[in-house]
Amino acid sequence: MAGVDSAREVPRFSMRGIAKSFGATAALDGVDFSVMPGEIHALVGENGAGKSTLMKILSGALRPDAGSMTLDGNPFAPRTTQEARHAGVAMIYQELSLAPHLPVEDNIMLGMEPRVHGLRDRAAIRERARDALALLGYGSLDTGIRVGDLPIATRQVVEIARALAVGCGILVLDEPTSSLTLADIQQLFDVLKGLRARGHAIVYISHFLEEVKRIADRFTVLRDGRTVGAGAAAEHSVDELVGMMIGRRLEQLYPRSPRSPGEVVLRAGQLASTPKPLDVSFELRRGEILGLAGLVGAGRTELLRTLFGLSPLARGEVRLHVHSGWADPPTRWRQGAGMVSEDRGNEGLAVSLSVADNITMNLSRDTGALGIVKPRHIQATAQRWIDTFGIKARSPVQEVRTLSGGNQQKVALARLLHQDVDVLLLDEPTRGIDVASKSQVYELIDRLAAGDPAASIRPKAILLVSSYLPELLGVCDRIAVMHRGRLGPARPVGEWTEHTLLLAATGQGTTS
Amino acid sequence: MKRFSSLAQTLGPLAGLLFIFGLFAVIGPESFSSSNNLETIARQTAIVGTAALGMTLIIISGGIDLSVGSIIAFVTVVIAALLQAGVDPFLAALGGAGAGILCGFINGFLITRLRVVPFIVTLGTLLVVRGAAKGFAHEQKIDAPLTWLKELLAALPPGEGWRIVPWGVWLTLALAFVVAGVLVYTRLGRHIIAVGSNEQTARLCGVPVDRVKVIVYSLGGLFAGVAGVLQFSRLTVGDPTVAMGVELDVIAAVVIGGGSLSGGEGSIAGTIVGALIMTVIRSGCAQMGLPNWVQEMVTGGIIVVAVALDRWRQRRKASAAV
Repeated sequence: MAGVDSAREVPRFSMRGIAKSFGATAALDGVDFSVMPGEIHALVGENGAGKSTLMKILSGALRPDAGSMTLDGNPFAPRTTQEARHAGVAMIYQELSLAPHLPVEDNIMLGMEPRVHGLRDRAAIRERARDALALLGYGSLDTGIRVGDLPIATRQVVEIARALAVGCGILVLDEPTSSLTLADIQQLFDVLKGLRARGHAIVYISHFLEEVKRIADRFTVLRDGRTVGAGAAAEHSVDELVGMMIGRRLEQLYPRSPRSPGEVVLRAGQLASTPKPLDVSFELRRGEILGLAGLVGAGRTELLRTLFGLSPLARGEVRLHVHSGWADPPTRWRQGAGMVSEDRGNEGLAVSLSVADNITMNLSRDTGALGIVKPRHIQATAQRWIDTFGIKARSPVQEVRTLSGGNQQKVALARLLHQDVDVLLLDEPTRGIDVASKSQVYELIDRLAAGDPAASIRPKAILLVSSYLPELLGVCDRIAVMHRGRLGPARPVGEWTEHTLLLAATGQGTTS
Repeated sequence: MKRFSSLAQTLGPLAGLLFIFGLFAVIGPESFSSSNNLETIARQTAIVGTAALGMTLIIISGGIDLSVGSIIAFVTVVIAALLQAGVDPFLAALGGAGAGILCGFINGFLITRLRVVPFIVTLGTLLVVRGAAKGFAHEQKIDAPLTWLKELLAALPPGEGWRIVPWGVWLTLALAFVVAGVLVYTRLGRHIIAVGSNEQTARLCGVPVDRVKVIVYSLGGLFAGVAGVLQFSRLTVGDPTVAMGVELDVIAAVVIGGGSLSGGEGSIAGTIVGALIMTVIRSGCAQMGLPNWVQEMVTGGIIVVAVALDRWRQRRKASAAV
């Protein structure tokens, strides 16, 4: 791969024996991590393994309790993020830090605008912004466009360009592809490869191990605050990586109990909303999981929102149990449907409220006469769900924001079960959660679809939107692919492969 | 844990109140801590305090209501006009409160139907309602026959000391208990907090967000209406120009008491303490013979300091949670 020559050079940066504790918990306990110039280095590990703490130390946001760092062979101990940035370390976060109302050029040059006679020098700003974008192969982007008007993938490029404009040679990308389409991901990878060829050092943090295999030269695995593995990405399978991450081999990531589909509970006929979806017809039966594949932006989320009454119905029909037509969310809950939002932090959960408040939020099952609520009763109810799902929370009144991503997602799912819904609309239910939590979520979904007479759970009907193909193939009974607002026919999972799903998602499949 | 933290939330403003009171008790004249003056402070707090109960709900729901002062003036005019027409005082007071509810309902209706932010809608109704009050009263005070309504906030007559404070103050306290209970023990209260904490999540969870908002602004109007009744009790006439800028005092009371303008936070106990803090400053400064501008500067400073302290406390809490 690239960087064979540079591999004999001094590492671009190196971290040795890094330790960091917060109170009694050791977040990092002797981590070694180094990246060569001209290398894309994947940093992988479950949520809570210490990746973000490690990167916060590299970028000067935190200071280590022990250990040392070097930058190009020289000692490096940044005290602030500014200092690290000046030394050349740039963090590119999932939530981009751009000013959406300013044009591209001002965003790239923010805080270091060249000036003439005390006024900002527009020509110079534009030129330097163009230079930075040209390095990424985006020289033709109109730098006068407001960043808020750009698609998310291009915004990411602008953010990277800003780092380059400051002269950063070390880029840390945190889950850069989680909101990108497949085509966008390819573009991003091209950009990263260009930077690699120019000798930049890139740290790539991702939960998508297939991507890691595709783009990274080497990888380092963190588990419980320690380095547990490192090597060349090409020489290890995804399975091995997962094994290192969770410390045991995953026997069966996707459990599948025998399921027996029953009556149709949700039906859509040529359903459309504005602007998406355009034309959707499907039937969902009790006791089955129907997967919706497709690129981000194909209209799957919009479909779920229309079904659940969060978006209007423009045309077509929808029928839930015996109820025909559009209904608002309070009505949908009463009719026995529930939805998990893809945007856990902003929509799925009220993170500043407690676990109990989040599970019982609409309180339709928890109020006595005159709308009286008994806090103790609600907390006891929440505690039952905490126990049932093994949610790691100290108490039902703990704020949801203090839980890990996986446990937050379990809270969001517990809400549906607490409402005792029959139809579950799940939008990316495993996004951004660690492998162990994922497998618990899969177990739960399987148990719900198959039903559990022992726990008096009737089989549920589940509509699952996911952009992670192995997950769809592993979990679903049938899968339909959405492309530009139109839903293709649902086929048994056995008739699909990742390859054919991808083709259909990009509109090249044989949809007949 | 939660119980404890909400207690701590009220303890901060309470400590501030005790400190400021103690300060005036030490440096001020002896009359400041007399029972007479305490009663006066309670009476003066009643109007802002009552309106602030509704404002607390509104601010917790993530909104704001700038039209409170105008509603109070409008209500005094309505009551005076009703009394003049020979209506029973009790019914006149009810009519005043009803007028308040109507104004609040209009606020809520416009906010949810037009999808315009509360700040702008209530900025508009601030002018509209004030104008309506003036037009209704032909731009002058409306005299009304004297009734028992004036006793609501009048200083206690001799021999009635067993009441400690006038009925109007008891009314405010009773309402405060009811509203505090609603927030914790009713579905409506939990829904208000949910909407203010994260409106999108509330909608996803099936909380009828628009209905909750209309109810919240209507309640805000109701409490402004009751504050108007108390205001009328003080004035004994309908005055369309009264209570100019009172909305700012009301908002300040909520904010000093720990309410967050971004929603989801606030407490009734805190709000009452916040309202008391402002009255105590006013009373203390007045008794020390300090000019009006000193009170204003001190009150303004307190608002900023109180909120800064609150943010600092929350940041510490947040960093402790990591």
